[in-house]
Amino acid sequence: MTNNKQNRARLLQGNEACVQGALYAGLNFFAGYPITPSTEIAEGLSRELPKIGGKFIQMEDEIGSIAAVIGASNAGSKAMTATSGPGFSLMQENIGYAYMTETPCVIVDVQRGGPSTGLPTKISQSDIMQARWGTHGDYTAITLAPSSVKECFEQTVRAFNLSERFRTPVTVLTDEVLGHMREMMIIPEPGELEVRHRIKPDVPADWYKHFELTANFVSPMAAFGEGYRYNVSGLTHDQAGFPTNVAAEIKEKLDKLKLKIERFSDEIVNLRTEMMDDAKIAVISCGTVARAAIQAVKIARENRLKVGAIQPLTLWPFPDAQIRELLANVRKVVVAELNMGQVVHEIRRIVPDHTEVYFLGRYDGEVMPPQQIFEKIKEVK
Amino acid sequence: MATDVQQKSDVTHHYLRAKKKFPNVWCAGCGNGIVMGALIRAIDRLGLDKDGVAVVSGIGCSSRLPVYLDFNTLHTTHGRALAFATGVKFAKPELKVIVITGDGDALAIGGNHFIHACRRNIDITTILINNKIYGMTGGQFSPTTTAGAHATTAPYGNYEKQFDISKLAIAAGASYVARGTVYHVQQLEKLIQGAISKKGFAVVEAVSNCHTYYGRMNREGDAVAMIGWMKDHAMPIQAAVKLPPEKMAGKFVTGLLHETDATEFCEEYRMLVERLAAKEESK
Repeated sequence: MTNNKQNRARLLQGNEACVQGALYAGLNFFAGYPITPSTEIAEGLSRELPKIGGKFIQMEDEIGSIAAVIGASNAGSKAMTATSGPGFSLMQENIGYAYMTETPCVIVDVQRGGPSTGLPTKISQSDIMQARWGTHGDYTAITLAPSSVKECFEQTVRAFNLSERFRTPVTVLTDEVLGHMREMMIIPEPGELEVRHRIKPDVPADWYKHFELTANFVSPMAAFGEGYRYNVSGLTHDQAGFPTNVAAEIKEKLDKLKLKIERFSDEIVNLRTEMMDDAKIAVISCGTVARAAIQAVKIARENRLKVGAIQPLTLWPFPDAQIRELLANVRKVVVAELNMGQVVHEIRRIVPDHTEVYFLGRYDGEVMPPQQIFEKIKEVK
Repeated sequence: MATDVQQKSDVTHHYLRAKKKFPNVWCAGCGNGIVMGALIRAIDRLGLDKDGVAVVSGIGCSSRLPVYLDFNTLHTTHGRALAFATGVKFAKPELKVIVITGDGDALAIGGNHFIHACRRNIDITTILINNKIYGMTGGQFSPTTTAGAHATTAPYGNYEKQFDISKLAIAAGASYVARGTVYHVQQLEKLIQGAISKKGFAVVEAVSNCHTYYGRMNREGDAVAMIGWMKDHAMPIQAAVKLPPEKMAGKFVTGLLHETDATEFCEEYRMLVERLAAKEESK
């Protein structure tokens, strides 16, 4: 390792990597509320942000936290909050407000077991559907799922980039084990990873429309105080931001929320494969489970079974086309998750009829060891 | 007199959004428009730059107010205006941030944010339009509905207790607490002006009328009768302090009720950032 690299080597927790990733991406506003197992993110940022002139505020609850984040983003900040299941539930109404008002922001959800207070100190992957469908109404979500400390850093940077690029909230789903486990990583140098910023308007204030329908459905975004004086409302609104009840304007707005992400899903979708080239059986999993799945695939290969692994790093929009292509010659799929079945429904939705889909779920608060996945592979082979 | 009216209307139009589709959503005779006028004139008197003002609201009749105004406006979710406004102000302290809210919005669903904004003493002016009822949803009782009064969810009379808005704000740590009415417009204008000028968290309760629901269900008459009631029952604080309690029965106090100087939240944070920077430099 070069000296420079040694200087940038860190032994970090997943939660700390989220902090470092957010700062790398230019975070300058954090609002949060203490909740296990995400609290290290708030603690880390309460130390770091004041040192660089960024803003840290501990709000009175999670509802207020995400509200402050959205307010700050409209004032021009790159803003984030971090929470876990119960807090994520509390935030849902205002996350919907961020979708509707097309406000960039990042939410890190360090998943724990539920429902309700559930298992504050135990791992789970049961917020995957909440990240997609958590708030009421129609919208399209972006959700990323890292599986290592390094990926916590990278996917947090990516979450900011995507939120700025698409003017939308982006959720990073980690989990209790990932948040608390330590791994070595090299902090990228400035410039090594891409850092994006929202597009600012280049028209006179009189022409500015905060929700203008553009060719790529994403409107340039001015901040409060920059001379544009626009209206932001959670009510369904026209391009200028004023509430509307006109059917054509309502449809246009909802289509915009969907199309700005769906038409450009190639920019968002990201997945990793392991030994899929000649695989007859595929294990699909994300986050912490994907680590075990890769080990299970290696064990299977040692046992001369043609097994591969697929790990979506982007959970939403779901990588339909990419996974379908990977499964072209695969007859059997094992979907392994730390819940009672969430991603498995997406796989069943996209696979051809002749593909057999098997579900392996664990929801007792424990991690899924490679052996458990290997046993399932042997069972279905 | 005619020129005075003309001047006032010119001032008002200067701050209204030309592109906004009027008329507004309020019933004829609603006090919300009077509060909007008072706010506009207060801002005009202070000579604030339109670009430097952000007006934030929640949900309800009163919360529709910012949409008509030519400032940076954020119409948010029910009860959360102060939390959104906290984000706006803290992110960009140079903005003058004004929150428009109602009794249900600020004190029921938003009660937590209200007390914590007071406690932080963040430099936000809150204009709480108190019409003692949920107007937009059709006349349900709120945390300020008078005991015994009728509402669509209190068909036999309200059996709940009320919040005293000013006492709540003072106890929670607000720097400036005032009460005006939509009858006493000039006083209201001055109180709002004072609130915006105050560095710290300021609350102006604007006692208003909902003749459509509250007035009709409680036989308090039309807008004129309800606003007339304010004229007869409001007692300026200067006079109120001199009156014996029996003379104050049935009356309510108006004016600047509380003012104190305490370090403002964004200022406190700025000093922390400076301290840390100085520490870094001395290393």
